[in-house]
Amino acid sequence: MFVALRDLKNARGRFVLMSVVIVLITFLVTFLASLTEGLARESTSAVTELPADRLVFSMPAPGDSPAFTASQVTAGVWEEWAQLPGVQTAEPLGVATTRAESAGTTASVTTLGVIPGSALAPQRVTPGTVLLSTGAAEDLRIGTGETVTLGGRELTVAAVADSDASFAHTPAVWTSLEDWQAIGARGADGDEPVATVVALTTSGASDADLAAADNENGTTTLTRADARSAVSSFAGENTSLTTMQAFLLVISALVVGAFFSVWTISRSGEIAVLKALGASTAYLLRDALGQAALLLVGGVALGTGLAAGGAALLPGTVPVALTAGTTLVPAAGLIVLGLLGAGVSVARITGIDPHAALAAR
Amino acid sequence: MDLHLEHLTLTYPDGESSLTAVDDVDLTVPAGSTTALLGPSGSGKSSLLAVAAGLTAPDHGVVRFGGEQVFTSATPAARATRERLNRIGMVFQSPQLLGSLTALEQLELHAHLRGRRPASVRSRALELLAAVGVADHRHKRPAQLSGGQRQRVAIARALVGRPEVLLVDEPTSALDHERGTQVVELITQLARELGAATLLVSHDASTLTTADRTVRMRDGRIEEPAGTVAA
Ligand SMILES: Nc1ncnc2c1ncn2[C@@H]1O[C@H](COP(=O)(O)OP(=O)(O)OP(=O)(O)O)[C@@H](O)[C@H]1O
Ligand SMILES: [Mg+2]
Repeated sequence: MFVALRDLKNARGRFVLMSVVIVLITFLVTFLASLTEGLARESTSAVTELPADRLVFSMPAPGDSPAFTASQVTAGVWEEWAQLPGVQTAEPLGVATTRAESAGTTASVTTLGVIPGSALAPQRVTPGTVLLSTGAAEDLRIGTGETVTLGGRELTVAAVADSDASFAHTPAVWTSLEDWQAIGARGADGDEPVATVVALTTSGASDADLAAADNENGTTTLTRADARSAVSSFAGENTSLTTMQAFLLVISALVVGAFFSVWTISRSGEIAVLKALGASTAYLLRDALGQAALLLVGGVALGTGLAAGGAALLPGTVPVALTAGTTLVPAAGLIVLGLLGAGVSVARITGIDPHAALAAR
Repeated sequence: MDLHLEHLTLTYPDGESSLTAVDDVDLTVPAGSTTALLGPSGSGKSSLLAVAAGLTAPDHGVVRFGGEQVFTSATPAARATRERLNRIGMVFQSPQLLGSLTALEQLELHAHLRGRRPASVRSRALELLAAVGVADHRHKRPAQLSGGQRQRVAIARALVGRPEVLLVDEPTSALDHERGTQVVELITQLARELGAATLLVSHDASTLTTADRTVRMRDGRIEEPAGTVAA
């Protein structure tokens, strides 16, 4: 990059301007990615942190997508599933967002009902008590031993679990399935106990086995990760935020491409000189792409650093989650797409005819 | 190595018809000697140099270095570029320096293009810059040099790779008569030292006293008989 480095130094203003644009776009993309991840966790962490690998949804209307708000499974269903070969455990899990009242305040929480002693809750729950997530304890400003009214039912706080699980942007609390049914069972007809979904741990059950069982029981089984889309708040947010990120990535590629396009055109005279002096096309492309890579890597690194620093400074109420996936992945995407944009632009180097271009200079 | 131009013809598309800029030119420049090419504007001098440098392919004819056929109408551009890099030194009609490189870097670039460390030619580059009289300006970029200084940097650049063939287009156009004569003298002397076959285009016959031979061009053709200027 003999010439490219000296061009960078010589046309500092132009390159600084371009770097600032890359930094800002990177900042925005990284921040959006972290926000997407943070919001996704607020919507679904109670599901994704379950010690289960699959969730079974009932399908009230055939053809609908599985949804936590619509699903309702009976004891018969989870007993059927428990007997399936390859299924180690099949436990009912109730999920219902309810109003919670403590002495001081009220808040929305999501109550997860489990069989007493179930591993689906972070700690053992017993009838008449409730286990709070840290978020619920904060929102309700209560601790162990105090009472909370959940959907009209008074329960004693057994403990505050070391978990910040939440569901549909409300903090999670855990109760026994019995208490949950009193709070959250919607339209339980007859006397058969119900839950929202069945949580499975499987080993060696093939997808075909599971599909066959689904067919038989009129259910849909999703992996834990896929079950996120059954949370209505997640589905909407995630699609729009991911679309925004994709647009930003494409825009940044186009901006970088446009910049290098103009830059390449403005220096086509010098490229002609270099060709006349004996620079091969490969040499010139290397030079130009190296320059673009330097600009991109520098700008993206700075932008990612700023976004990470900025996100760390934000108050806890803003749901941003900084992970490798929300910083390094978008950064790599920006660099790859930016290089692609630059590559398309500098490819015109190959078409420059030194004789004609020199005559015009 | 001698430079042989054999039956070179170059035409440019010109609307419906075409314009013959170089018309069946035959010319030999012996190694170490300088042949001056004189002729009115538009007679095809720069075009002939472009063909000799492989910058554009001739319609017919062959460029030979010694016995080796180097450029023909069928030479691929990549091969021509490689030959230019390794065997040809060129001075263009305007200096054509690179805007962000200092005078010294213009010369060091040649080593980089050949895949060597730029510093590996530094002492030779400084020697050449001193020979053309711009050593004091080695850290200046083209915008900080005068027209004549730029042209002299361009001459030094053409010589840094020890070319077998040196093609020089109007090196004296930005210089006064005295300076111009000196520059031509310098080129002929350096060409002799290097053993480079040198073809030097000029408008101004009075600067060419040191050239080994002078030929005239008109309408794309070499005029007969080629006069010889006393060396
Ligand atoms: N790239 C080109 N495309 C089309 N025609 C060209 C091109 N370059 C030169 N010509 C034409 O070819 C002819 C020869 O041009 P050339 O530049 O070789 O002349 P020259 O002898 O070097 O003139 P000068 O002394 O003014 O530099 C001219 O008529 C010119 O208009
Ligand atoms: Mg000319």
